[in-house]
Amino acid sequence: MRKPVDLGDPDRLYMVTGGRSEADASLDLVTLIVSECEPSPGMQSEHVRILELCRHPTAVVEIAAELKLPITVVRILLGDLCALGKVSARHPRAAASVAGLPETALLQEVLHGLHNL
Amino acid sequence: MGSTTSELPSQRTPLTAAAETGLKIVVVGGFGVGKTTLVRSVSEIRPLNTEEVMTQAGAGIDETAGVERKTTTTVAFDFGRISLNDRMVLYLFGAPGQERFWFLWDRLFAGTLGAVVLVDTRRMEDCWYAIDRLEHHGTPFVVAVNRFDGDEKRFSLDEVRQALALGEHVPMIECDARVRASGKEVLIALVDHLYTRALAKESTA
Ligand SMILES: Nc1nc2c(ncn2[C@@H]2O[C@H](COP(=O)(O)OP(=O)(O)OP(=O)(O)O)[C@@H](O)[C@H]2O)c(=O)[nH]1
Ligand SMILES: [Mg+2]
Repeated sequence: MRKPVDLGDPDRLYMVTGGRSEADASLDLVTLIVSECEPSPGMQSEHVRILELCRHPTAVVEIAAELKLPITVVRILLGDLCALGKVSARHPRAAASVAGLPETALLQEVLHGLHNL
Repeated sequence: MGSTTSELPSQRTPLTAAAETGLKIVVVGGFGVGKTTLVRSVSEIRPLNTEEVMTQAGAGIDETAGVERKTTTTVAFDFGRISLNDRMVLYLFGAPGQERFWFLWDRLFAGTLGAVVLVDTRRMEDCWYAIDRLEHHGTPFVVAVNRFDGDEKRFSLDEVRQALALGEHVPMIECDARVRASGKEVLIALVDHLYTRALAKESTA
């Protein structure tokens, strides 16, 4: 039988995601997630972990690494939490700009940061 | 670093509350070329490992059921992090250059600033595919030659450029992926290259 989320450990992942396979495509690997509330009793354990981790801004890919879950599964979980307003997402720069900065200004900031390493 | 066995998240320094913009750079190259080493040498956190899964229509048709077979592939990659300033944080991804990985390129690395192709001159052919794919995707990149101690031939950068049929516009740099200052120079070479390109684009716009 095929499960909606056809992944490494189907049973576990099926439970984690409630059987859905539609990941939130707007969540980039480096979208920074921030908790908007504390975990509440009865929440599923992955949601609790995410809300704890994201007390500080945390990238989607870091959340996946911490939870040891595939990116797709984490996107599904985060999509739920976003929809409920329990976390917010700081999306990476749009194609060419951050806050209206031209590409060159952005890259200058990156260079500056790297020189300071 | 490295010797601790604890995996508590508290071992990692969290980002500051002001962090708002995530950026990506991808390091690609053949097996064992030093991708993880490079990421580790410049990262402020111990490199973390994660994976993505992909379900693909299989090549064959299942003869008994007559349905298309699907295969699930897992690709693993590691990453590190550099806080550039209070607001901007750069993530560095070490990605194996093999074929199945490129099916996931858009899902994982769309919007990347650019790429570093890491080359071991004893196995130059290992990066041909990656270079071809980056060109195909229009992702700007630099080529970094990771110098290994056991490499007796030590091809010059010009020789490597010829062997890889790289155009003059592709910057090349030598590095020792184990050394932080050297890894930093590689990243700066890439971002310098991106800056020059962006400047040229803006002046013609
Ligand atoms: N001498 C020397 N050794 C290096 C250098 N860079 C990496 N190594 C060694 O080469 C080996 C492979 O390096 P990794 O960083 O694991 O390579 P990788 O590309 O991440 O490998 P995979 O993820 O397995 O494809 C390790 O034992 C490193 O210590 C270098 O610049 N010089
Ligand atoms: Mg590696």
